[in-house]
Amino acid sequence: MNLKELYQEIILDHGKNPRNLKKTENFNKDAKGHNPLCGDKVHVFLKIDENKNISDISFEGSGCAISMASASIMTDLMKEKKENEVKELVDDFLKMIKDSPEMKSKIISDDEKTKLMSLSGVKQYPMRVKCATLAWHTLTSAMNNSQEEINTEKFD
Amino acid sequence: MNIDNIKKQFPIFNNKVHNNDLVYLDSANSSQKPQVVADRIYDFYTKEFSNVGRSVHYLAVAATNLYENTRSMMQKYINAKDPNEIVFTKGATEAINLVANTFGQKFLEEGDEILLTELEHHSNYVPWHYLRKLKGIKINFAEINNDGEITIESIEKSITPKTKMIAITHLSNVTGAILPIKEITSLAHSKNIPILIDGCQGAPHLKLDMQDIDCDFYAISCHKMYGPTGLGVLYAKKKWLEALPPYQGGGGMIREVKKEGISFGDLPNKYEAGTMATAQVIAFGESIKFLNQIGIENIEKHESELTKYGEEVLRKNNSVKLVGNPKNKGSVLSFTLDGIHAHDIATILDEDGVAIRAGHHCCQILHDKLGLTATARASLGVYNTKEDLDKLNESINNCKKIFDR
Ligand SMILES: Cc1ncc(COP(=O)(O)O)c(C=O)c1O
Repeated sequence: MNLKELYQEIILDHGKNPRNLKKTENFNKDAKGHNPLCGDKVHVFLKIDENKNISDISFEGSGCAISMASASIMTDLMKEKKENEVKELVDDFLKMIKDSPEMKSKIISDDEKTKLMSLSGVKQYPMRVKCATLAWHTLTSAMNNSQEEINTEKFD
Repeated sequence: MNIDNIKKQFPIFNNKVHNNDLVYLDSANSSQKPQVVADRIYDFYTKEFSNVGRSVHYLAVAATNLYENTRSMMQKYINAKDPNEIVFTKGATEAINLVANTFGQKFLEEGDEILLTELEHHSNYVPWHYLRKLKGIKINFAEINNDGEITIESIEKSITPKTKMIAITHLSNVTGAILPIKEITSLAHSKNIPILIDGCQGAPHLKLDMQDIDCDFYAISCHKMYGPTGLGVLYAKKKWLEALPPYQGGGGMIREVKKEGISFGDLPNKYEAGTMATAQVIAFGESIKFLNQIGIENIEKHESELTKYGEEVLRKNNSVKLVGNPKNKGSVLSFTLDGIHAHDIATILDEDGVAIRAGHHCCQILHDKLGLTATARASLGVYNTKEDLDKLNESINNCKKIFDR
């Protein structure tokens, strides 16, 4: 059954008890994202150190299990990553959600890939893809210091 | 009233959704269409098509008669005094925009106030918001009570000497509250304030009598009345349609066009510029016939029984919280589930063939007030049955099973 694939245990776990759901103290980058169709909201906070490492990352927001789980898993994964690695991972993830069967990046472990792949269940639910990608677009916006709020309706 | 026979008239129910029978609980969003309506569109395009009101040839005359015939049917359906009080629009949204735009142009000045309620759909707020920007008017919102109702007292309290228009919904598309529109109209008129009713959720479910209600404007969405999309109706008292300026300009709505100036046509053409949604108007005639054949009183009774049954079933389900508890409630059941977001509910229900809507239902003001970001909503139509509501409840329990793993 597709639903069991969409709502895998790991997603329910992260969806019900999101990790890093707080506001990073002394954050130096942040961005807001919004899915106007369903009302999902996320605000990503980053603390980037002088070596361009993410020393802390967190988020605040509300939304469905998919969007919360996605933000939770993403923030877990990005800790201690370098700026250029973040970009690579975001691109890789978005490609996987869109059409690629797997994640190709070499900077994360197979375990981590499996975790991210658990979000690929949304592929069968076109209306829900934006729930899975909202946090990731918002992270990119924070990295780019873009002041514009991310709006999922502006992405294809 | 035999629901089986009614349901058979809707071909959509022959299809399966994810291998399940369709349980359609999204009629407040848009209703399904009976075969006669779809057939009428097909027949018009294949056997009778012509533009209306312009040419003198056989097809044009026949099409014009059909088009005007729907206007007369609608006049009778809502008991308007005059067929010219029926204006076709592209939807209820355009009907409200028409009033806000033309009334605003002619009658509103800086500092004037419009009174809405916290229950309003965005289409009965955003058009007035433009006037806030354009003319410096102020918008007030009558507050709901704890049951998600708007009482006459709440309206009375919010009227000020500067209130120039009251624009309120007939039936909330979230809490289901039916507003006492006749009493509110009479209150408004006692203070010389015109009133617009957003009748999107009223018209498909409740008996309407414009002369009895006495409102100045009533906006209707045909696609929620078992009719085609792309069509709405604005009922407006003749005195208003004569006093207000035209809305859109173009062909069909003029009397004389000279380089120096233009004079406008008579009603109803004045507000129907350009080629209208001809096929939809003609097919909408079949929707009115369909409603008349069943009888709106029978529909009201059926849906009110179903709503009560739905409330009972959902109240017994401990994890369900109904949104609003109005005494006079239309066929809308909005709810939340502990720990499960509305969108997750809608996705899981869909797998069982149960179609509901999740989100803010174009009512952000109300959801903010209720402190909710999204709710799930099951809404009923003439084709629904108690079994549909049992199926809804079963499917809700399935959500819990999936989430409690
Ligand atoms: C209460 C209410 N008002 C207005 C509208 C908009 O109607 P339409 O789709 O005909 O523009 C709707 C429908 O979504 C509605 O439920």
